[in-house]
This record gives sequence, C-alpha cells and structure tokens, in this order.
Amino acid sequence: MRVPILKQGNYLIASIQSALSDYELLQLRDDLAAQVGRFRSKGVIVDVTVLDIMDSFAVRTLRAIAQIARMRGSETVIVGIQPEVAFAMVQLGLALGEVETALDLEEGLALLELRTKQGGSRDSQS
Amino acid sequence: MDGKKRERETRTKNQDPEKRESSYESLTGPVIPESTAALLRELVSHLRENRTQLREEWARRITESQLLLAMTKEEIFKEATAVYDNYIAVLETGSVEALEAYARDLSERIIPRGVETREVLGIVLLLRDVLARSLFKKYQADFALLNRVLDAYEPAANRIANTVGVGFVQERERIIRQQQEAIRELSTPVLQVRERLLILPIIGVIDPQRARQLTEQLLRGIRANRAKVVVIDITGVPAVDSMVANHLVQTVDASRLMGATVIVTGLSSEIAQTLVTIGVDLTKMKTVGDLQGGIEEAERLLGYKVNMVTQSTDQIAAAK
Repeated sequence: MRVPILKQGNYLIASIQSALSDYELLQLRDDLAAQVGRFRSKGVIVDVTVLDIMDSFAVRTLRAIAQIARMRGSETVIVGIQPEVAFAMVQLGLALGEVETALDLEEGLALLELRTKQGGSRDSQS
Repeated sequence: MDGKKRERETRTKNQDPEKRESSYESLTGPVIPESTAALLRELVSHLRENRTQLREEWARRITESQLLLAMTKEEIFKEATAVYDNYIAVLETGSVEALEAYARDLSERIIPRGVETREVLGIVLLLRDVLARSLFKKYQADFALLNRVLDAYEPAANRIANTVGVGFVQERERIIRQQQEAIRELSTPVLQVRERLLILPIIGVIDPQRARQLTEQLLRGIRANRAKVVVIDITGVPAVDSMVANHLVQTVDASRLMGATVIVTGLSSEIAQTLVTIGVDLTKMKTVGDLQGGIEEAERLLGYKVNMVTQSTDQIAAAK
C-alpha cells in the first residue's frame, strides 16, 4: 500500500498507516522527493505513530528523506515515535542524526511553523 | 500422628547408614519403630526434668562464645527459654510448624538488631551440643542404649537446626526483597513542574536495570504529559562512570526522538572531572549547573517568563 501524502498548506504530511516493507519505504522516499518539488513545500512531516518496529533500513530511509527534502528546500520532522521504539533505537545505536523529531503531528506542525518562520521567536507562546 | 511418625522414621533412617538400605520400606509402608518413639518420649522427659539446668548451661555457653552480642543477658535467657521449649515440643510431636513460626517471629525481631546468620546457627548448634552432652552423661553406662538414643535424637536435632537456620535466612531474604521493591518504586519519580516541563530527580546509584527503568518511565512520562523539555537532576547520584554516562546519553537521545529536549543538571565538580578524565563525550547534552538553573533554562526554552509581582507593578507604573 502506498503511504498517503497529504498536502496541508506549505507542508506535506506522510501518514504511515501500517508496517512498511523496504520497497514501500523507498517508494515513500521517492514520492516525497517528487512532491516536495511539485508543491514547493516548506516542510515535510512523516508520522510513524503506528510503527512499533523501526529497523536500520527504516531509520536510514527516514534520514535520506530528510536530506533529500533539505536539498530541495524543505525541513523534515519525524513525529510519533513510540517510547519503546525510541528506547530500542537508542539501544541499537540507530540515530536519526540531524533530523528533527516531535511528539505528535500537532507538535510537528508547531515545530515546522517555528523553523520556517524567519526570525520566529519561542517567546511568542507566552 | 501417623504421618509425623513416618517422617521421623524416614529421617532416622537417612541419618543412619546401617538402616539406610531399608529406607524403601518407609516409602512403601511405614514400620513405626515403637522403640524410637519410646526413646524420644524418654528423651523429652529427661530434657523437661533438667530444663533449668540445661537452659542455664546453654545461655552460659552462648555468652561464652560471644554470640548475640547485640542482645542483653536477660533477652538471651528469655529467647533461650522459648527456643528450648520449642525444641522439646519438636522432639515430642515431630512437627516443626510451631518452631517454624517461632523462628520467623524471632528472626523478625532480631534481624533489625543486626544479628548475623552465623550467630543464629551458632546458638542452635550450641543447644544441640549441650543437649547431646547431657545425653552422653546420662547414658554413658549403656553404650548400646546411648547409640539408640542418639539415633532418635540426632535427626530431630538436625531438623531443628535446619528449620531455624532456613527460617532466619528466608526472613532475611524477604526483607531484602521488600526493600528492593521499595527502592525500585521510590526511585523513579517523573514530575511535572509546569505545562510541558518534566523533572526527573535521580537519587542513588544507577545500575543497568535501574537505568533502563528510568528511561522507560521518562519516555512514558513524556508521552503522557506531552512534555517538551525534561530536566534530569543527578545531584543525588554519588558517582558517575562511563556506564552511567552512557545511559544518560541514551536517555537524552531517546527523549529527543520523542521530541523532547533534555537538560542535565547537578553535575558536581568531581563528577565533571571524572567525565572529562574518562573521556565521555557529553557535548551533545545540554548541561546546567544546578536544578534551579536547569528549570530556568527550561522555562526560557518553553517561552515562560517569570516576573516578580512587585517588579511587574513597577513596570506597569513606569509604563503609565
């Protein structure tokens, strides 16, 4: 199953619905790479809430997505990593490197808002 | 009664090499040697008659051997009396249940006072010795009878020593388990101090199991409270080695994957020096000197501004 990619304003939201095979992951990467260009998106959110396993290939692909998106002028945020997954990733030494992460979709959108807004200040919350 | 006698019989045989070959008998059908029972009865009445004298002898030997130093003489004598009576009861009935209960109760009372396993075993073995000596003295004229008396006495005495020793060790293990449980439950509070700000004060030694539990609890706390910033305070951690530092790094990384920023506070100068010496790379971690500084930094990250009320009224006045 192809991962649905939703366009929300300046951002693209890839919402993973079930466990993905390696091939589907690569497809997601290619789809995102293409659509970032087509919609001139400022940010990409990949929602991995449903994933309860994250292997090295998935992590590498997510990193690749972030790098590709950055080269095409877009920030990437991974959202919804489960506590167990986060713990396992750290134990296995699977690092997301420079890729931004956020708790959930809402947080991810807020983070992108902050990152893409020039001179955005965090004090605006208070 | 039948069962008890059978048990006693089995033990007698196990103890006695000569009778061991016939021990199958006791499994198939108990042959209760009336002689053994009779001997034990005799034994019990002997021990009852000489209760005062033997008990005093025992208490004297305990003091002599420098056992139970944590207890006063009167206490030793009181406990000695109770153990002695229980001892005779076991010899008489063959049932160790009452003794087990007493041993548990005794252990509960004396463990907090620092009585060692060595001492408990020591006093029981002393009593065994004292009683055996008195038996020797009584039956020394008739060697065959003495032999049979010892056949009856030794297994029961061994069993008593065993029961008391095991009871003591079990009680001690129970206390240790209970304490471990208490420490585990106390040791990982994840507290919310402000909207989206958690603190995790760590107190005590961090071992791998605890580190894992800490991390898991923190990650769950981050999700439950939708935390954005976490302050981990390690003021109460006595020592940090490379393993603990590694765990900290892992916790920080895992929290970051959940979208939370971690600030580590309370690194003492010794700990900081150790970390630099052993070459742990903490550059990826945000560190602040103390918990107060950490919370202030976290508030800044979250966009809170804390103003003193008087100051802000001054400002309002100034603005007017």
